[in-house]
Amino acid sequence: MELNKDNNKSLSNAGSQLSVEREVVIKTDKLTKRFGDFIATNQITFEVYSGEIFGFLGANGAGKTTAMKMLCGLSKPSSGNATIAGFDIYRQTEQIKRHIGYMSQKFSLYEDLTIVENIQFFGGIYGLSDQQLKTKSNELIETLGLQKEANKLVNSLPLGWKQKLAFSVAVLHEPRIVFLDEPTGGVDPITRRQFWDLIYQAADKGITIFVTTHYMDEAEYCNRISMMVDGEIKALDTPADLKQKYAVSSMDEVFYELARGAKRNE
Amino acid sequence: MRVLKFLLQKEFKQIFRNKGLLPLIFVVPFVQLLILPLAADYEVKNINISIVDQDHSSYSRHLISKITSSGYFKLAGYAPTFKEGFKQIENGQADLILEIPTGFERNLIRENQQKLFIAVNAINGVKAGLGGNYLSQIISDYNNDIRLQWIQPGRFKDAPTIQVVSSNWFNPFMNYNYFMVPGILVVLVTMVGSYMCALNIVKEKEAGTIEQINVTPIKKYQFVLGKLIPFWVIGMMVFTIGLFIVARLVYGIVPVGSVLLLYGYLAIYLIALLGLGLLISTFAETQQQAMSVAYFFIMIFMLMSGLFTPLDGMPQWAYVIAKINPVTYFIDVVRMIILKGSGFSDLVYHFTIMTGFALLLNGLAIWNYRKTS
Repeated sequence: MELNKDNNKSLSNAGSQLSVEREVVIKTDKLTKRFGDFIATNQITFEVYSGEIFGFLGANGAGKTTAMKMLCGLSKPSSGNATIAGFDIYRQTEQIKRHIGYMSQKFSLYEDLTIVENIQFFGGIYGLSDQQLKTKSNELIETLGLQKEANKLVNSLPLGWKQKLAFSVAVLHEPRIVFLDEPTGGVDPITRRQFWDLIYQAADKGITIFVTTHYMDEAEYCNRISMMVDGEIKALDTPADLKQKYAVSSMDEVFYELARGAKRNE
Repeated sequence: MRVLKFLLQKEFKQIFRNKGLLPLIFVVPFVQLLILPLAADYEVKNINISIVDQDHSSYSRHLISKITSSGYFKLAGYAPTFKEGFKQIENGQADLILEIPTGFERNLIRENQQKLFIAVNAINGVKAGLGGNYLSQIISDYNNDIRLQWIQPGRFKDAPTIQVVSSNWFNPFMNYNYFMVPGILVVLVTMVGSYMCALNIVKEKEAGTIEQINVTPIKKYQFVLGKLIPFWVIGMMVFTIGLFIVARLVYGIVPVGSVLLLYGYLAIYLIALLGLGLLISTFAETQQQAMSVAYFFIMIFMLMSGLFTPLDGMPQWAYVIAKINPVTYFIDVVRMIILKGSGFSDLVYHFTIMTGFALLLNGLAIWNYRKTS
């Protein structure tokens, strides 16, 4: 538990209000994905703790999405091990799916269904009861302030709202972990800020957030971040410790410092 | 079950909300059902005939009036010489030339025989063959007429003759529509079933929504059923409208056999076809790919199903293909039940084969559908 204590310290440094009890919810051991000769993700080993906001950073093509897809059970690893919420990534994919939420880069709610219908559908397939569905969807619509739009088709919403809706739907069934793959691409800073408010709310409820992003201001919001370069994790620490380690003042510079050596481009 | 309920709700909402798709499902097939049988009619009428009458006798006029009143031929014109008549074939005015030589009447009476010359434009083989045939029939009919006139009654009474009388069973008036309409209905249901289902799933791949589904605890079979059931229902609806509204009201086709049996077969057939659609969707990444592959199959299914051409006339290799084509069996069954009134005992073989198709295609589809990559 040496490592865990260390982490608590750094987390409190980062201003987090996480409990002392640290439970590992994601644990990977030399997780690797090959596509032919190409090694997209090369022996990554890390742990994510319950309730933390874990930033998964890296340049385009560094292997972030591939790694995330393996963790979500969308892609079979070539080698290595991992447990998600205590379930084995090879044998217990269906249990894993019950306990995670996922929001992809691409908006993936049904555009031809209304907001309410999307909420009901995804809630329903996660096994929420009618009563739960009703209260949850009312709650969600109120939180997002979408009362007027509730019965409109999703394709009529602006992108920022779609993203907020997608996130809310991804955590509707109260998963242990939610995976967010570049959730705020293409929206303005205010909307991004609002999106992060939602992330904090979810984290407060104890949901672990695993998020990839290219925005370094967002990286600052994370409790801990990892940096992937060419399929490997080159650094993993709190934003504050990383800045200290590389003796720079911003996360942007940390990113340049680490990603400079990258051979892969998009 | 609850998961399936949500999947079905979602699917039906999406289908009935898709303003572009609905007419394709519910209008286009019926327009096709109204148009295609006309195009598929093999009865050739309005064959243009050019007549070179060099005799100008009452006999030749009688023959000509017999030809033109038959209903099969349209007089393109009289030509003074064969050469002129041939010009009419060359410029497309005539399909056939009948040359009546000088002395037609005289030779017929004096020498008891006379030759006629028929030239047929055989570019369109069907028209040429049928036209030549019709014309020969009319002439031999005409020949009989004159012989009857000459032969005194009773004189050749004992002459042995074989008279062939055929009676057409199941479709006594050989109405072409009775044969074609049920077959075309099958093809339409096939298209709606396989295309729509394949495109629907691939659309979810393109939109990325399938990935969202794949991270949920939905089971493979639930997802597959959620896609099959809506299109199964739509296939049933299309067939019902086609059979009871278009076929009955427009073409006057009333099934002789059991409608229940027909629907029983349709139910299994649709499962098989949707299995094919599903299988295509597991391979295709884009709607364009799915469409091309589905189109390839539909073309072969249509042309090698016995819909237009009888299977028995096909070369061995084509016959084999026709036999591994599910459409072949359903067209056969539809015709057997609707026209002939066949019962279940006559169709056991067909039922067995189709159940096999359903199991095979769906089995392959489920096997090849992956929630992971």
